[in-house]
Amino acid sequence: MARIGVVTFPGSLDDRDAARAVRLAGAEPVRLWHAEDSLAGVDAVVLPGGFSYGDYLRAGAISRFAPIMGSVVDAANAGVPVLGICNGFQILCESHLLAGAMVKNTQLTFLCTDQVLRVENAQTAWSNQFAQGQEILIPLKNQDGQFIADEPTLDELEGEGRVVFRYVGNPNGSRRDIAGITNARGNVVGLMPHPEHAVEDGFGPGTDGLGFFRSALTALLASA
Amino acid sequence: MARIVVEVMPKPEILDPQGKAVAGALPRLGFTEFAAVRQGKRFELDVEGEPNEEVLEQARKAASEVLSNPVIEDVVSVHWARES
Repeated sequence: MARIGVVTFPGSLDDRDAARAVRLAGAEPVRLWHAEDSLAGVDAVVLPGGFSYGDYLRAGAISRFAPIMGSVVDAANAGVPVLGICNGFQILCESHLLAGAMVKNTQLTFLCTDQVLRVENAQTAWSNQFAQGQEILIPLKNQDGQFIADEPTLDELEGEGRVVFRYVGNPNGSRRDIAGITNARGNVVGLMPHPEHAVEDGFGPGTDGLGFFRSALTALLASA
Repeated sequence: MARIVVEVMPKPEILDPQGKAVAGALPRLGFTEFAAVRQGKRFELDVEGEPNEEVLEQARKAASEVLSNPVIEDVVSVHWARES
């Protein structure tokens, strides 16, 4: 059975839910700790949502220097699937594994809503179980969720098909409605909305979130 | 003890929602002379021992690598604090 690691930082909130989502998708969740530098041999890694280190300095800025992040960066560069959700996305941007950065939502408030996303790239390690152009519904909840990058970077992301998810109805001012992006290789994906909260009927807005984790399982089988 | 001050501001081309909110509040309190507000960060780094150029260079490095994110922010100043 595939083993997918979920990293807990001080201030992580959604690590348990991410581990539950991994289990419901049919993989074995492995809890990883920020202060260790071992990934315990996992096949893929999830950086969960929350407010690691209280979002001090900038969201994700201090987590980037956690001992485990050196191993996550090495694994990502070696092709291991890595998913950053919300605060995890912010950490991946601060670690330079993904482009851009997040700033406060335009309306300056915390947002919590079920959000429709359009799948713009159904070929990454975390989106291959969706159809190109498919619309999915998963929760969104954050304060610093506005995705920002300079125009050349945005053009590069668009041109290389690295925009993975776009908001249908931009909730927070994100440039070009971008909700999630990938790296050049397609193994590292980050997004602000929370797939791990939409994995079981009766809990959340549906089960569209399962597709993220099943995509990783498919990607792992394909590379085995 | 010597002190180094690092000042970081959001990039001019990036909308600063916090500054905008402050700018919106000022006229309501009777401060009508200010056309715009931008909000940044000030860091104070205390230095053990003698202040020298090497330490200041370390501060510049920390400012660009840790204290700011070049995607959204500029380091506008790294300088010794004046004696108080």
